[in-house]
Amino acid sequence: MTPSFNKSLNIICAWIDQTALSQAIQVTNWVVPTVQTVHIVAIALVASSALMVDLRLIGVFWADRPLNAVVARFLPLVWWPMIVLFATGAILIVGEPARSLKNPAFQLKMTLLIAALIVTGLVQFLVRRRPKFADEGVARRGGAFAIAVVSMLVWASIIFAGRWIAYYA
Amino acid sequence: MEIESALKWLQTTALAQTIAENDVLFPWIESVHVLAIVLVVGTISIVDLRLLGVASLDRAVNRLMRDVLPFTWGAFVVAAITGSLLFSTNAIKYSHNFLFQGKLVLLVLAGLNMAMFHLIGTREIGTWGTKQKTPLVAKAAGGLSLLLWIMVIGFGRGIGFTMH
Repeated sequence: MTPSFNKSLNIICAWIDQTALSQAIQVTNWVVPTVQTVHIVAIALVASSALMVDLRLIGVFWADRPLNAVVARFLPLVWWPMIVLFATGAILIVGEPARSLKNPAFQLKMTLLIAALIVTGLVQFLVRRRPKFADEGVARRGGAFAIAVVSMLVWASIIFAGRWIAYYA
Repeated sequence: MEIESALKWLQTTALAQTIAENDVLFPWIESVHVLAIVLVVGTISIVDLRLLGVASLDRAVNRLMRDVLPFTWGAFVVAAITGSLLFSTNAIKYSHNFLFQGKLVLLVLAGLNMAMFHLIGTREIGTWGTKQKTPLVAKAAGGLSLLLWIMVIGFGRGIGFTMH
């Protein structure tokens, strides 16, 4: 990261750190593990729902059901619990700003999150345009397979990067 | 004190010491453990929500269990293996940790709940398994399972905060 980026990051972290909310989280030691638990339950819903969509794209789960029906069942559970992830993630950042924002594992996680949003949006877009694209022809089948593999790798990496935050702090 | 000496032996095995002393092995195994437990809880909740009559209502219950539970079991095996490896690095201290003990009890309760449901709850699944409304025994098993697994995550997360 550039020096000016790091400088502004330091200022932001120092400012968050002295807010009343951050101080309150820092002195109440049950907040972080409890909020992390909610965070993990939410990622369980998101990652497992994404996995079900990905396995359908590959054709090994619910292959007897139309792709758009499986997507309609599980894709909302990739999107909506993300609100919980952002909210609990924000609380954790406020409680430990420097430990998270300046952490290379956290920065990697946020980059991967952008990738996850793009690949999830892509699935949503493709299914809306062609409700059964994963089952139509070799090229589209291959494309669906590639998207599913990328999605699974990205979500697994997000979980890994999240755990590694603790080791770069 | 036979358990204590067994645990002491466990944490002095070459494998346990390698994991404990290596800089990156523990976090990597821990990462796989978290990924596995996330998939256990996420996939089992698909079945639990069906048992509660909340979601996947257009799929018969035993059909849904056949579709989803193999992934749950696969992830559980990975979670159990990685969890055992993590435990082995500091077996005596983990075994004295209240949250670790609680987590094991919760896992046993989750297993008993599942076994009870298979013994009693699925007896007449042919008559209600395709219906949207599920009987009380199914709702109880599904609700209890959700609760227990969320607590497993909470207790598990707490272990790292109470080991020092």
